[in-house]
Amino acid sequence: MQIGYSHDKRAYALCGVRLDGFVREDARRPGECIVTGMNSTPKTLYEKVWADHVVKSYEDGTDLLYVDRHLVQEVSSPQAFAGLEAAGRKIRRPDAHISVADHAVPTRDRAAALRDGLAARQVERLVQNTEKFGIPYIPMRDRRHGIVHVIGPELGFTLPGAVLVCGDSHTCTHGAFGAIAFGIGASECECVLATQTLRQRKQKTMRVLLEGRRPDGVEVKDFILAVISSIGVGGGVGYAIEYAGSAVRDLSMEQRMTLCNMSIEAGSRIGMVGPDDKTFDYLRGRPLAPAGQEWDAAVEAWRGLASEPDAVFDREVVIDVSTLAPFVSWGTTPEECSPITGRVPDPAEEPDDGRRRRLQRSLDYMALTPGMPLTDIRIDRVFIGSCTNGRIEDLRRAAAVVDGHRVADHVAAIVVPGSAAVRAQAEQEGLDRIFLEAGFEWRSSGCSMCVAMNDDRLSEGERCASTSNRNFEGRQGKGGRTHLMSPPMAAAAAISGRLADVRKLGI
Amino acid sequence: MKPFTTIESVAAFIDEDAIDTDIIFPARFLLLLDKAGLAKHAFHERRHAPALKQPFILDRAPFTAAEILVARKNFGTGSSREQAVWCLADFGIRCIIAESFGEIFFANCFKNGVLPIVKSGEELKAIRKAAGEEQKIEIDLVDRTIRFQDGRVMAFEVDDYRRDALLNGLDEIGSILRDDGDDIVRFEERQRGRSSWLHLDPQKLSTFADLGKEKILD
Repeated sequence: MQIGYSHDKRAYALCGVRLDGFVREDARRPGECIVTGMNSTPKTLYEKVWADHVVKSYEDGTDLLYVDRHLVQEVSSPQAFAGLEAAGRKIRRPDAHISVADHAVPTRDRAAALRDGLAARQVERLVQNTEKFGIPYIPMRDRRHGIVHVIGPELGFTLPGAVLVCGDSHTCTHGAFGAIAFGIGASECECVLATQTLRQRKQKTMRVLLEGRRPDGVEVKDFILAVISSIGVGGGVGYAIEYAGSAVRDLSMEQRMTLCNMSIEAGSRIGMVGPDDKTFDYLRGRPLAPAGQEWDAAVEAWRGLASEPDAVFDREVVIDVSTLAPFVSWGTTPEECSPITGRVPDPAEEPDDGRRRRLQRSLDYMALTPGMPLTDIRIDRVFIGSCTNGRIEDLRRAAAVVDGHRVADHVAAIVVPGSAAVRAQAEQEGLDRIFLEAGFEWRSSGCSMCVAMNDDRLSEGERCASTSNRNFEGRQGKGGRTHLMSPPMAAAAAISGRLADVRKLGI
Repeated sequence: MKPFTTIESVAAFIDEDAIDTDIIFPARFLLLLDKAGLAKHAFHERRHAPALKQPFILDRAPFTAAEILVARKNFGTGSSREQAVWCLADFGIRCIIAESFGEIFFANCFKNGVLPIVKSGEELKAIRKAAGEEQKIEIDLVDRTIRFQDGRVMAFEVDDYRRDALLNGLDEIGSILRDDGDDIVRFEERQRGRSSWLHLDPQKLSTFADLGKEKILD
């Protein structure tokens, strides 16, 4: 072979040599080329991580998949621990789990005891279970507290090439690091605690290519809402998604987390991004990330995780992000969303029976009139936070819009940082002052008004501009109405008192 | 888990796409700690809506005794809460037939003796028709068939191992521990050699030594 050292198969292809295997990282000298796995099918990122975790394959085509990491929270774990205890079983690997209460915890008056008796009992049960079974529990008032999907990466618990699960559907967030990460039910949590494995069938693969330059005012939240409205809430069922393309490479790690986070809203339990230098820079020095020689070995292995250039995906979706505008949802599923420049759709124009009924039901619940401009929708509340958009970059971008303005008189607005670390960082940067002076409340970390299990919730009929991930009926409180959008768009809505195009605020 | 072989019952048809798990089991009831007794919270908002013209289908005879639920697209989409299955199982639902399901909900069904069946097009229409006519439908998991009152038979698909687990009321964790324990040990040894960073040693975990002792935040 007459070419120099390269790990890029396309370079070899230029010389008329086709390689079907992996070019190993230990080809270090010019002219040397070690190729393994010749003639094997080129693999995707998902397939590589999957293959790395197959404990055994069963005759029916399912695999016993090894689970490296498990995040435990208060809502999906009590029944799992109870099952474990009833069967007299232990946790197989206590070092593979960390726990935190995020759903039910209050986001103000943390020093006071939990006022809600049921919430207090649920959090207390998690404390008891984690003590009994010997896994770390991060208390509500610890500097490391936060939403599971925010603190996993912060701690370096989330790593490329790992299989990570949690009894929460937004576990797909961690796929931003090149991990296979997915949400599971309580029974599966029990299985992971006892066996460190799950019996699974490999998913089909879908590549979502995001190409082009992101226009000003358009956020990664708009990318994912565009994807969901394009393929539908069932479009990803049965698939593991990989996000790729120039617009994805350009994203920061926090933006990639937002992107992967809402894969489940497109129906897919799994959304991934191939790890690169940004991934490694984010993780370097995190408390639970490898260090020293182990770090070097890990990075070398992680560099080999990328999907091979000629790997074949079962489905491919391409979106040119340069044509996107900021999105808002107007219905009660995340696919029911449109560019802010649009209007509320008219059910009379929908030919399909089922869809028309569904659309009419959405508009009835949302109390919207067909054909009205989206910017005419008046709001009562604003929520900035959640595992989708509760990270420091989200707060910076929202604060940039808010700075020097006032929240509209009739609007109650809160900012709930995704973790105590995010809150501390924001305070160091003075973002809390910007929000407070504008009339926002500045809260402590938790899921808060994304799931309305604590006292942060909408009243019957209230309408909220929200950076969270679900606009289901009652999601933010019984009878509450949710409009999903990016943090700058939620900030613009807070100032305007109605849904607003952040690009037109002149900020 | 209660073994599943054959059931025969009227089927309650919920005529709506994308019934998410928040509709099936609203989040505020997630603070409850037990699996049992959740039926009263199933579809809570739908059953207690002030504008109801007639009771919600599961509160109307003969569907109060329905063991089969028929739905449209994307049933059980959304949150991973297994309570959405527990409350339906507690109500007496043993089988759900829909055009498609939320994946986590689908997997959760099998862990709780509930059989989800995917059907679409003309077949789903026939099932909906029978449901609307309050006919009893028989679901036979042994034969993998749906039988109608008029003698028609329709086949359905289900994963072999999931079918076995339902038929035998299998304890999946028990069987993995019994049959696959050695394989897991061998895998872990291999992985420790190859990707040691995936195993957290006491030195790394010492970052948690101050948990609960650390200066607390307000």
